[in-house]
Amino acid sequence: MKLSIKYAAAAVALASVAGTAQAGTLEDVKARGELNCVVSTGVAGFAAPDDKGAWSGFDVDFCRAVAAAVLGDGSKVSFVPTTGKTRFTVLNSGEGDILFRNTTETMSRDADLKLTFLPVNYYDGQGFMIPKALGVTSAKDLDGASICIQTGTTTELNLADYFRTNGISYEPVPVETNAEAQTNYLGGRCDVFTTDASGLASTRASFEAPAEHIILPEIISKEPLGGAVRHGDDQWADIGKWVVNALINAEELGITQANVDEMGKAAGDNPSVNRLLGTEGDFGSMIGLDAQWAMRAIQAVGNYGESFDRNIGPSTAIGLERGLNAQWKDGGILYAAPIR
Amino acid sequence: MPEQQYEPGTHPDLPPPFAASGPVKWVRENLFSSPTNIALTVLAMFFLYKIIPGMFAWTFTDATFVAADRNECRALNSGACWAFIAQRWELFTYGFYPETERWRVIITFVLFVATVILLLWEKCPGRQYRFIVGALFPMVALWLIVGGSSTEAALMAYAAALVVAYFVYQRFGHNLSARFWFSLLAFVLVAIGVYTLWTAMGWSMLEHVSTDKFGGFMLTLIIGVTGITLSLPLGILLALGRQSNLPIIKYACIGFIEFIRGVPLITLLFVASTMLSYFLPPGTNFDLLLRVLIMVTLFASAYMAEVIRGGLQAVPKGQTEAADAMGLKYGPAMRLIVLPQALKISIPGIVNTFIGLYKDSVLVIVIGLLDPLGIGQASLADTKWQGLSTEVYLFVAIFFFVSCYAMASYSRHLEDKLHTGHKR
Repeated sequence: MKLSIKYAAAAVALASVAGTAQAGTLEDVKARGELNCVVSTGVAGFAAPDDKGAWSGFDVDFCRAVAAAVLGDGSKVSFVPTTGKTRFTVLNSGEGDILFRNTTETMSRDADLKLTFLPVNYYDGQGFMIPKALGVTSAKDLDGASICIQTGTTTELNLADYFRTNGISYEPVPVETNAEAQTNYLGGRCDVFTTDASGLASTRASFEAPAEHIILPEIISKEPLGGAVRHGDDQWADIGKWVVNALINAEELGITQANVDEMGKAAGDNPSVNRLLGTEGDFGSMIGLDAQWAMRAIQAVGNYGESFDRNIGPSTAIGLERGLNAQWKDGGILYAAPIR
Repeated sequence: MPEQQYEPGTHPDLPPPFAASGPVKWVRENLFSSPTNIALTVLAMFFLYKIIPGMFAWTFTDATFVAADRNECRALNSGACWAFIAQRWELFTYGFYPETERWRVIITFVLFVATVILLLWEKCPGRQYRFIVGALFPMVALWLIVGGSSTEAALMAYAAALVVAYFVYQRFGHNLSARFWFSLLAFVLVAIGVYTLWTAMGWSMLEHVSTDKFGGFMLTLIIGVTGITLSLPLGILLALGRQSNLPIIKYACIGFIEFIRGVPLITLLFVASTMLSYFLPPGTNFDLLLRVLIMVTLFASAYMAEVIRGGLQAVPKGQTEAADAMGLKYGPAMRLIVLPQALKISIPGIVNTFIGLYKDSVLVIVIGLLDPLGIGQASLADTKWQGLSTEVYLFVAIFFFVSCYAMASYSRHLEDKLHTGHKR
């Protein structure tokens, strides 16, 4: 009897610890003093806890940038790790405020699952990795192959489409996480490992003998990866959208973590920089924030290029080239809407 | 060689022949007793010979214990990279619990071990206080691990109200009924008063740690221990309810048990983590860990109820009839006569359910809580350590084996202690 009373008391106490309402996400986040950011349970380079348990990665940087813009501190983020299957329910049920979980933007997710996607932060495409010893040079020769594939992802659907259009068969080996896929692939339980090309590169980089595996030339899908928020709060969606745009624009304008303080002190010659850093115009208040919102985001994580280089760029173990993700001026398709 | 002569009756006892004693006898009887056995033994030996040296080398002699990342491990040695586990030991133990507050978890764990010893070891000094300690520990643990003003307010309110109610019960009122109502009133008033005062003043002794920071072994233990301690009493009530003569109670219990048993745990966890937020009024944010604890407890208690019902049915009807004949009411008859026998019979089944529940706690990864397995999988995504899954899974397996084996051993000890000659 005592036990049950005590646990009832505990229930009351725990339930009253935090309260959120659905209506104004910005007010909720401010009141809570912490941004609940939906990330993955671990994708190399994009989101993973380090030895001390602090999350880092490319997606994590965007969470921190939003927290810096809204709350003034990039460390005020509570990370909500999710699997491929639970990510959208967690966001839609209000347990997460914003999602950065290398998630592909699709029409059904946007319209049917009632998400509002933020600008794309990584252009990816699905590829195949096979052991060199298999002697295959094209994905069209993979008839009858067993393929490790993560469930609940767009890659699963792309794979089915690709094999159907090419009239060849395959045997799926469903796995839950990237780490599991890696173990299965190296253990020989599947001939082929398929996921986004960025994932293949990072996975291959961790192998003992990376040269024994090749990534086939075929890229079978478009995978625009981006953040998302739930439908129904346009102001909050605008905040997410413009934080991402601000980081991309910052790179284009040459604003870095190192020089942002200097450039933001007073209005300079470049009006685009002035508008971004709040020394000219009043753009922050349009999304319910103050004038220094973008400046704080850049102070927290640097511009898009800096975050890319730090987490997944050529100098890291993942070693991804900018490719499609270069600025439009440098031959890529990164083309952020201007702040004006 | 001349035969040694002895007087009749003085011949000393000779040791048994070499081949009929000691290890030789054991080997002959157990390993080489028949041609099939001989073949199997040789085959098994061959496999062990093939496997063990490699495993030993990988685990110990070729392993790396100190390194900064996986590449350093590879450069140093060819075997296991235990440096990975060593570097992340704290993450595996506490999850994302704030570093400066981890002493609270350690103290709780020490108190937990002490309480378990006090409750389970019959010769432990101070055993007469076991009920008080057993009732206090969950509150102290809750306070230490979660902390924060509102938790403390609830605990303080409860404790103060209990003391005052006890005092009132001792001193006021001229008959039992009046005393009871007076003390209940005092309990409610004091509880509300202290809670309101404490939260209004914002008093806080320990900083609040949100439950989504919990992870690793700590999380497994919290889920396991809470589930185990709550599911047994709940299961007993459900089992008794299922056998009740009162139709409402009976069918409510049957409905509950059959519903929970008919649904996989993973579904219940999904409901707890995602669906509940849709059902509850907007604005309520029911703690995720608490929801998981409730679901795990309900799940285990349904199984527990059926295990105990099996035990109840094994107690002959004559026992209940004898209790009736003695004039015992339902409560005392169950408490003093039927349940002790039924529970004793059910021990293996009960412990089976406990172990199952404890291991099922790894399923919480699907709803984004990181138990040791989840921490391991997340760690594998760190570019520093990518691809060391064998080490992680082995490490987690050892942890689970140790805790489950301890539970199984205690259950065997309990069976031996309680056995009254019915054991086969």
